[in-house]
Amino acid sequence: MADTDKGVAVRARGLVKNYGTTRALDGVDLEIPTGQVLGLLGPNGAGKTTTVRILTTLLLPDSGEAEVARHDVLADPDGVRRSIGLSGQYAAVDENLTGFENLYLVARLYGQRKPQARKRSRELLARFRLDEAADRPAKGYSGGMRRRLDLAGALVAEPSVVVLDEPTTGLDPRGRIEMWEVIEQLVATGATVLLTTQYLEEADRLADSVVVIDRGRVIARGTPDELKNQIGGERLELVMATADEVPLAVRVLGEVGSGEPTVDERSRRVEVLVDTGTKALVEALRRLDAQDVVVQDAALHRPTLDDVFLSLTGHGTTEEVPS
Amino acid sequence: MTALAKVLSDSGVITWRNVMNVRRNPEWLLGATLFPIMFVLMFAYVFGGAIGGPGGDSVEYREFLIAGIFAQTVAFNSSYTVIGFANDLQKGIIDRFRSLPMSRFAVIVGRTTADQVLSVVVLVVMSACGLLIGWRIRGSFLDAVLGYLMILLFAFALSWVGAYIGLITPSVEVANSAGLIWMFPLTFISSAFVPQESLPGVLGTIADWNPFTAAVNATRDLFGNVSPAGWPPPSGWPAENAALYAIVSSVAIIAIFAPLATARYRRVASK
Repeated sequence: MADTDKGVAVRARGLVKNYGTTRALDGVDLEIPTGQVLGLLGPNGAGKTTTVRILTTLLLPDSGEAEVARHDVLADPDGVRRSIGLSGQYAAVDENLTGFENLYLVARLYGQRKPQARKRSRELLARFRLDEAADRPAKGYSGGMRRRLDLAGALVAEPSVVVLDEPTTGLDPRGRIEMWEVIEQLVATGATVLLTTQYLEEADRLADSVVVIDRGRVIARGTPDELKNQIGGERLELVMATADEVPLAVRVLGEVGSGEPTVDERSRRVEVLVDTGTKALVEALRRLDAQDVVVQDAALHRPTLDDVFLSLTGHGTTEEVPS
Repeated sequence: MTALAKVLSDSGVITWRNVMNVRRNPEWLLGATLFPIMFVLMFAYVFGGAIGGPGGDSVEYREFLIAGIFAQTVAFNSSYTVIGFANDLQKGIIDRFRSLPMSRFAVIVGRTTADQVLSVVVLVVMSACGLLIGWRIRGSFLDAVLGYLMILLFAFALSWVGAYIGLITPSVEVANSAGLIWMFPLTFISSAFVPQESLPGVLGTIADWNPFTAAVNATRDLFGNVSPAGWPPPSGWPAENAALYAIVSSVAIIAIFAPLATARYRRVASK
């Protein structure tokens, strides 16, 4: 390998996978520099899980090549397996075993000796705040606890590359925030992380860079900021105190904005895209003030990744892609 | 660690995991024992009078019956292997195993071995049940031990068939019936419940060469249990060399299904 490749932990080139006549992956390329978090973003059926399954040696690609931690997934799958930790979309927890036994099982299968496996399991249970439930069967765990246990299982052997397939899908908001905190701690230890998600907020919060895939193809890549800049401008949002003032706000925002304002009558919220940032905000407030109208709330938002996604694909993130 | 040591260690770990699963679900044992007890009562007291000899005296038949019941019981246990794999596939546990640097073979041998724990427990319960209805071991202690080992070897062989079926079934629901359906021809076209000489034509031939018949005949022989008076003795090479044939066919079943199941495991993808 060339010296310039040294800093790359995961590399995939031209991955293609067909299921029958359905093309699940249609030439996916991606690269993760060592120690970074890549968010693989896309709606259901976009090919996220297929990509993960190929990179973790669970599935063979029809064509293309991939390397994880400098091991070729086709030529040296065992080398890949020794270097990775996988936490899947559906928590692969044996619910008849206790939390401790689940981790001990995985540690032993990674080849750790009994005392080391015991010690490592207890350490992880403490780190993931599962120590109190450690000796109860996982059957009684909440969804969030199962996910944490599954993630702990992925980290047993301190892998250099961690693959998290939709780690927060199906969790309640509290469970999701807990999971994010855990992932942030993990990133702080220097692991390279491949994270798939359908939540743009999640990629925005956790990922250094994002690859957006849709229908098996990469449609955009870059940092979350770069992606937001792609659709340009910012969103100016005003919330009026009374419904009577809404038409005035629409007129003013129409003047300072770069597009047609949108109105949500029920919450008295008026929004418009602006090119001039804070200038537009100040100008809008000044004009309303001149009419003696007090604004209840005013904000300038950078576009969310949701906006990015919509403008890239023409459909939202929640829409199911027919297969 | 050498490759072989890793395979053995992994197999031990997986066996432990599966045994723990049985221990945490004692109701599985209940299901696995109630079913054969029902068969014993049905054959001993419902059909026994008709099959077992004149005058409704079915004592001899009951003694004849027990080896067949033992073999049938452990054969039915292989459906637990089928369901176990189908469950692990559905729950993503197989995916986790496949993403680990572990022996592929260990995942299967760890389950087929652990499932024999179930067979041992069930054989103990069934032996007690047999003693209650008048069954006795007439042979030597050593022969009796060999009889039980014969049954366990056969159970182990069928468990590999179960592993293969479990890995090819698409869902747990299908596994529930796929694991059981082949048990009926396997265990009934045999010498387990009726004199094999009484089976007509092709069925008789199938029964003669059915490895299940050989396992039953060999065990019956080792226990010193005989057919009821007046029954024609089984004849032909498999009957005359029952123990040898049972061992050879058990080993052959493992030799065929172990590579099949392992190859299948490598390819299998959960949904």
